[in-house]
Amino acid sequence: MKDQYDVVVIGAGPGGSIAAKTAAKKGLSVLMIEKRQEIGDPVRCAEGVSKVWLRKHIEPDHRWICADVKGSRIFSPDGTMIEMAEEISGGEVGYVLERKLFDRALAYESAKAGADVVVKTRATGLITENGFVRGVKLMHLGEEKEVRSKLVIGADGIESKVGRWAGIDTSLKPADIETCAQFLMSGTGIDQDYCYFYLGNEMAPSGYIWVFPKGEGLANVGIGILGSKSGKKHAIDYLKEFVEQKFPDADILEIDVGAVPVSGSIERTIANGLMLVGDAARQSDPITGGGIINAMEAGRIAGEVAFEAISRNDMSTAMLETYEKRWRQTLGMEIDNSLIVKDVFIGFTDKEINSLAHSLENVNFSSMSLIDLLYALFRANKKLLWDLRVLFKNVVKHETGL
Amino acid sequence: MAIKVNKFKCGYCGACVGVCPTGALELVETWIEVDENCTSCGICARICPMGAIEVSR
Repeated sequence: MKDQYDVVVIGAGPGGSIAAKTAAKKGLSVLMIEKRQEIGDPVRCAEGVSKVWLRKHIEPDHRWICADVKGSRIFSPDGTMIEMAEEISGGEVGYVLERKLFDRALAYESAKAGADVVVKTRATGLITENGFVRGVKLMHLGEEKEVRSKLVIGADGIESKVGRWAGIDTSLKPADIETCAQFLMSGTGIDQDYCYFYLGNEMAPSGYIWVFPKGEGLANVGIGILGSKSGKKHAIDYLKEFVEQKFPDADILEIDVGAVPVSGSIERTIANGLMLVGDAARQSDPITGGGIINAMEAGRIAGEVAFEAISRNDMSTAMLETYEKRWRQTLGMEIDNSLIVKDVFIGFTDKEINSLAHSLENVNFSSMSLIDLLYALFRANKKLLWDLRVLFKNVVKHETGL
Repeated sequence: MAIKVNKFKCGYCGACVGVCPTGALELVETWIEVDENCTSCGICARICPMGAIEVSR
């Protein structure tokens, strides 16, 4: 670790690693720090990811792919099953990853591109001069240290402090997070070709339970509930109830916990000399909770903008606005649309979810397009069309540029 | 300190840090630290996925 870099990246998750790799490949000197002693551990993720999007960032490797799924099976509260082929299941199914190895592989990519990677090193504050972030205060193996840089990229996850230090309010309200618990289980006996989703307000208030195959007999069995519905019972209590009833003989090989921002886009993700990416920028998808791809996309944009800014020797928000614009026009659009769907979804009663499921029960999902699916849904559920009207307005606005 | 984190239950996920309105919490490697800015509002205790936090007012 040197005393000075072009860019310091805080956090070695997928967002941080892609940002570091992108910046290093452009020829910038980059330091990426990770506070944990092992990159990727402990896991705080259901580990599902879209194949198509993943390939845009890294070549799939059997060492960190546990399962390759064909589709999703979604269960409504009364047990009605909807089966969807992978192509229309959306971004979050495809591969099920081994995050511990995946995150390390991504960090290795950034190291190969020339970035310095340091673990067990935590950011404790920012160096700020004349309203510009000029570096990071660190704690490295118990010793305090200062590293100066032209830019800082905060990729420090759900518990992000970097934004707050720079005056960006990233605190989340209980209604803006899904609080999650997951067991890695053996002996569930599930068909490993599918990802399973269970909906219902008694089972998972304003959230869902997932069962994702992890290869051989293993599965990630997890739950996310809306933070505002947590309190008397916590995510872990709901999960225990589910597995006792559903997989009474399965063993728990690992417990994972975490929280996902479902706030939708926050107002600002830049400051003079600073960009936030991934969960730190609250860029996860409000409806699925997926965050890996969004973090990587944002990380790439941040790395590219870092290069432009440093080339022009302009680290002001006026310059970094390019990052803000680019991510909002792409993943930001998706996040905003998902937020609309989420706000409608969390208002559904179990009866309404059942009725939606019934209207799709006899639909052939392997041959139908997303438009056919929406048509079938809306034909049977006029209220849904009304509730989601803003979504169509947004899409039309985007498509026509109005 | 106005909140108590049961370190045997805690999964050190950082959910509490993300919801803390005053920035009083910090996830330090594998434990949670609380500073004097804690107002005992209890949001962290409510959302903790493991139910590992208790508030003493």
